[in-house]
Amino acid sequence: MTETVFDLAAAPLRDLNGRLHALPEQTNETSWVLRNPQGRHAVAVGVDRPISVRIEGHVGYYCAGFNSRARIEITGNAGVGLAENMMSGEVRVQGDASQAAGATGRGGLLVIGGNAGARCGISMKGIDIVVRGSVGHMSAFMGQEGNLVVLGDAGDNLGDSLYEARLFVRGAVKSLGADCEEKPMGEAERAILAGLLDRAGFAAEAKPEEFRFYGSARKLYHFHVDYADSY
Amino acid sequence: MEETPKSPPRWSASFDPHTIAYIQRAASTGIYDIRGFGAKRKLPHFDDLLFLGASISRYPLEGYRERCATDVVLGTRFAKKPVVLKTPVTIAGMSFGALSGPAKEALGRGATIAGTSTTTGDGGMTPEEREHSATLVYQYLPSRYGMDLDSLRKADAIEVVVGQGAKPGGGGMLLGQKITERVAGMRNLPPGIDQRSACRHPDWTGPDDLEIKLEELREITDWEKPIYVKVGASRPYFDTALAVKAGADVVVIDGMQGGTAATQEVFIEHVGIPTLAAIRPAVKALQDLGLHRKVQLVISGGIRSGADMAKALALGADAVAIGTAALIALGDQDPALEAEYRKLGTTAGAYDDWQDGRDPAGITTQDPELAARLDPVKAGRRLANYLAVMTMEAQAVARACGKSHLLNLEPEDLVALTMEASAMAGVPLAGTDWIPGAGRL
Repeated sequence: MTETVFDLAAAPLRDLNGRLHALPEQTNETSWVLRNPQGRHAVAVGVDRPISVRIEGHVGYYCAGFNSRARIEITGNAGVGLAENMMSGEVRVQGDASQAAGATGRGGLLVIGGNAGARCGISMKGIDIVVRGSVGHMSAFMGQEGNLVVLGDAGDNLGDSLYEARLFVRGAVKSLGADCEEKPMGEAERAILAGLLDRAGFAAEAKPEEFRFYGSARKLYHFHVDYADSY
Repeated sequence: MEETPKSPPRWSASFDPHTIAYIQRAASTGIYDIRGFGAKRKLPHFDDLLFLGASISRYPLEGYRERCATDVVLGTRFAKKPVVLKTPVTIAGMSFGALSGPAKEALGRGATIAGTSTTTGDGGMTPEEREHSATLVYQYLPSRYGMDLDSLRKADAIEVVVGQGAKPGGGGMLLGQKITERVAGMRNLPPGIDQRSACRHPDWTGPDDLEIKLEELREITDWEKPIYVKVGASRPYFDTALAVKAGADVVVIDGMQGGTAATQEVFIEHVGIPTLAAIRPAVKALQDLGLHRKVQLVISGGIRSGADMAKALALGADAVAIGTAALIALGDQDPALEAEYRKLGTTAGAYDDWQDGRDPAGITTQDPELAARLDPVKAGRRLANYLAVMTMEAQAVARACGKSHLLNLEPEDLVALTMEASAMAGVPLAGTDWIPGAGRL
């Protein structure tokens, strides 16, 4: 295994993404280090190879967008839409993530070491997101599938207009959004939560029994005049 | 005593029969009307414009002998692989979900014969659709249903949908009866629920974010594919300028006559502006930026004929898109189905319950028995015929105006029949040199 170093201060972003996309399926270049991202947008987007990418520094919008199969780690903070529409693989940010982290993600695991901003997991469609800190308002808005685990607190309107995504919060929830309700945590949910804490590397610091579980009340699944004031 | 003679019953213009039925319906159901099709009210439209044709000062081209080219290239600004079309009429975005599988296949077949593109919709790209569409535009919508990396790379172009003409500012809808297992699976939703799509994109708001979003999509697709930005017609000058600033290769503007599979009637009839009113402001924005014909403009919403197409091009569009008209060409509103339309409480030509999945023509449905009624090969042929007629009609008009390419048509070839159309289209009222509001865009 060779380690490929790419310096974004020395070569354009287009070259980086182009090289990552052009890797053969059985590439030997399975370990990448990206230096000097300097808050650049769209770093390591659309990667579809089982490689690891370590980004040393802070990234801007949409880092690791549409990620498939790759393991991408960011040592700094991440801007808006981290790992948006992720298909599979794993994305980790050691610091904080801005708004819409994991937005519309279809699969894979997103681990946020710090806090996440507003709308974390918005329209999530199968992705698993584990946040060590807290999440902002409207997180998991219209969440369809997948799991959002928050070790800290959640802001206003958690899970607004929720479909079938599962939400686990250890700290305080400022308020629940329309059609989101607390539910008893069954064995199946507990097992999912324990598995995610383990995969995220937080099992030693958080136990499933410390969390509360939230899901869809399913009252807005069909239009009905009696629920019009929920919107 | 002799009775005083009574006046005959008089209908109110404000409370006409349609309005009275609307109030009665609202009172009995407690929910607003949701339907398909586009705006049905009378609006200033392309019918209010006429071509001048050649005269002493300009000479026409010989029909059938002198060439009038129709090819158009979309995405010449940044994309390494622009979209090349044989005719400047494309098929607008319509989802699998809203439409049946055979209907999507028929659109692909017809468009491919004609040498033009089709467009996916809210709900992702089906393999059948990709297979039968030589040129396929993949929509990137607020809901991101069925959005995936493979489809993005398989597409020939990407259309970032900000809005649509039937409902600028509104999100998509698909009612439970059309959310079958397959449709639900593609959208990661429970089957049978009423699906409410988001009206805003989840990870960007405003033109500065859009610029970064377009950069991401270009980076993902290695700057190969043209990126269109589609908006519902409301503020076309500013929306066009902002889409261009954000980096669009192509701007698509959909007027309020643009169709929808399911939208609140109040939205369809009361939000947005007519197609005719949207073209000149959009063209002016491109001209002001020095990018007219460099960033291409596609116009949709109520385009029905080669005449409509030629008028849109003359006003400065590079291509038009059709949706409702394409469905009619496939077989929607067929008078042969009148008995079945009657059972649904409607009549051929007025059928607009595209939301409820019981389409007797098998087009706007997910019912397998109804969907099987549409033969995708025959329906595709009908669409190809219709596209050929539209193209030939546009060529006939263009030749009469002395143009060797459809894109050589210009506003000077047009006059307006009404003051409204004159002001909106920026062409003189017929027989005058007067354009109401000229220079006051």
